Amino acid sequence: MVYFILKRLVQSVFVMLAVALLAFSLFRFVGDPVSQMTGTETSVEDRERLREELGLNDSFPVQFGRFSGDMLRGDFGFSYRTRQPVAEMIATRIPATLELGIVALLISLVVGIPAGVYTALRPRGFITQTILMTTLIGVSIPTFVIGIVLIFLFGVQLGWLPTFGRSGTVDFGVWKTSFLTVDGWRSLILPALTLGVYQLTLTMRLVRAEMMEVLRSDYVRFATARGIPYKNLYFKHALANTMIPVITIIGLQFGGVIAFSIVTESVFQWPGMGLLFLESIRFVDIPVMGVYLVVIAFFFVLVNMLVDLLYLVIDPRLRVKEAA
Amino acid sequence: MFASLWDSDGFYAFRRSPAALVAAFVAVLILLGCLFAPWIAQSNPYDLASFSLLDGLLPPAWEAGSDPRFLLGTDDQGRDMVSAILYGAQLSLLIGLSAMAIATVLGVGLGLAAGYYGGRLDAIVMRIADVQLALPAILTALLIDGIARGILPADQQENLRVVVLTLAIALSLWVNFARTARASTFVERNKEYVQAAMIMGQHPLRVMFWHILPNILGPLLVIMTVDLASAILLEATLSFLGIGLPADSPSLGTLIRIGMQFLLSGEWWILWVPTVFLIALVVSINILGDFLRDVFNPRLR
Repeated sequence: MVYFILKRLVQSVFVMLAVALLAFSLFRFVGDPVSQMTGTETSVEDRERLREELGLNDSFPVQFGRFSGDMLRGDFGFSYRTRQPVAEMIATRIPATLELGIVALLISLVVGIPAGVYTALRPRGFITQTILMTTLIGVSIPTFVIGIVLIFLFGVQLGWLPTFGRSGTVDFGVWKTSFLTVDGWRSLILPALTLGVYQLTLTMRLVRAEMMEVLRSDYVRFATARGIPYKNLYFKHALANTMIPVITIIGLQFGGVIAFSIVTESVFQWPGMGLLFLESIRFVDIPVMGVYLVVIAFFFVLVNMLVDLLYLVIDPRLRVKEAA
Repeated sequence: MFASLWDSDGFYAFRRSPAALVAAFVAVLILLGCLFAPWIAQSNPYDLASFSLLDGLLPPAWEAGSDPRFLLGTDDQGRDMVSAILYGAQLSLLIGLSAMAIATVLGVGLGLAAGYYGGRLDAIVMRIADVQLALPAILTALLIDGIARGILPADQQENLRVVVLTLAIALSLWVNFARTARASTFVERNKEYVQAAMIMGQHPLRVMFWHILPNILGPLLVIMTVDLASAILLEATLSFLGIGLPADSPSLGTLIRIGMQFLLSGEWWILWVPTVFLIALVVSINILGDFLRDVFNPRLR
């Protein structure tokens, strides 16, 4: 088991290195850093001196090594646009995106798993057909349209919820949270729903497919024959065996949540990392783009590690095999 | 020939499926509307002289205060909404179709080669695919777009917008094709007809494209339909985010973005006309894709 975890750790380090290389290549080869930092009136000699000072004349491996070292120390460089340290810009945005993503994922799981089980148990029922048709349409509706519809319904027509921004946050040093005030929750609901709906359809379809597969298996048939109560059978024996693929997908969904948070944050003007990334693309703010990638990759790796560890918890067979 | 096509399994299933019929009807209608937009549309949204500010913000024909000339109303510039969505959908479809085509050629080519040769080529292509699969398509497309903004000279940016957008979408969608093509090629290449062709000394390219490709076309067709829908959605999303097409050459996504400004005022049609049109287009393509999947995968029927 220790070996398994170590192996995953080493793999993760390589993934992070690859992403760092991508971020560095962005910084180094897309546009010229020196011309970004200087104005038109800077003389050629000054430019050359700056180039030397920044170490841009060193060999590629040396530069990349320095870049990675800076990253490890939390020195992410400066934004071309605002001239602020990138680390600070990203750090203030992380809580907003994470809170949004976690609530969206929770919505997707809490609704998606029961719905998936239900539609698998009654594949021909009227409610199932309705749900399936709705999800097909749901998949076809782009995230931003879902956001607009929610704003229109709850924000404009009914006037129940705020339509943009993140208000009612409580400050804990660097971490601003929306979880502690009614206002915070009110402004969180619509963006989280928007982000969660698409993931919800994915969760539901996956749980349904896995459940139908498991229900056909011999041990479920045997358990039925033995007369185990249906509630136990479905929710204990069958559902437990669908968990491995479901957890894998949750890990992957995290990527989807992060990506679509870009869209959601744009619709709701939610001050998270996605909005920052969009602005950095619009203004070709390469350092911010690069750091965004690295931070996202870090979360990816972290979540995937957790997912792998969860496998060990869920499936006793894996523990035995790795220990042997 | 047509009789045999009419009697074939797929066509029989098609005739019997009301959802697929309606979806095909809607999709063909929209396609025709886009193709003949210059003749159907009464004004050209790209041509400032063809509309007038005096006609601005007119509601659709069934509302009070409307003008019979504008069936679905006008926007704040006095552009006819019917013309705007027809031209917008034309652009969306053009980008979607070409992105899908590029992704197909690239993905199927790489997938065929990876499955046929195996070994190192396979490992490289599939690792790239794995990495890209971990990144959602929209993130990849945004990133490619950002890089293009950094590399291209400033004066060419506007002209190349459509090309950049198409390539960014194509490069974020090829993975599905590559993986499917590779998996099917793996199965096919050990079958006798492929072995026979190889032993006869036929050129690998001929074996791949002449012998294997026709036999793996079914699942690829499904992915083409589904990915066309994704490409259109991706373009709409990028344009909505303001990363895609500028306001003077509006695609459906740009139109929705413009319409958002009227969300709080009463002019709902400027937002909802292009939105409903986009959803109708994508839903009908997705229903067709679902239908094709059922046809090619009889186990599920």
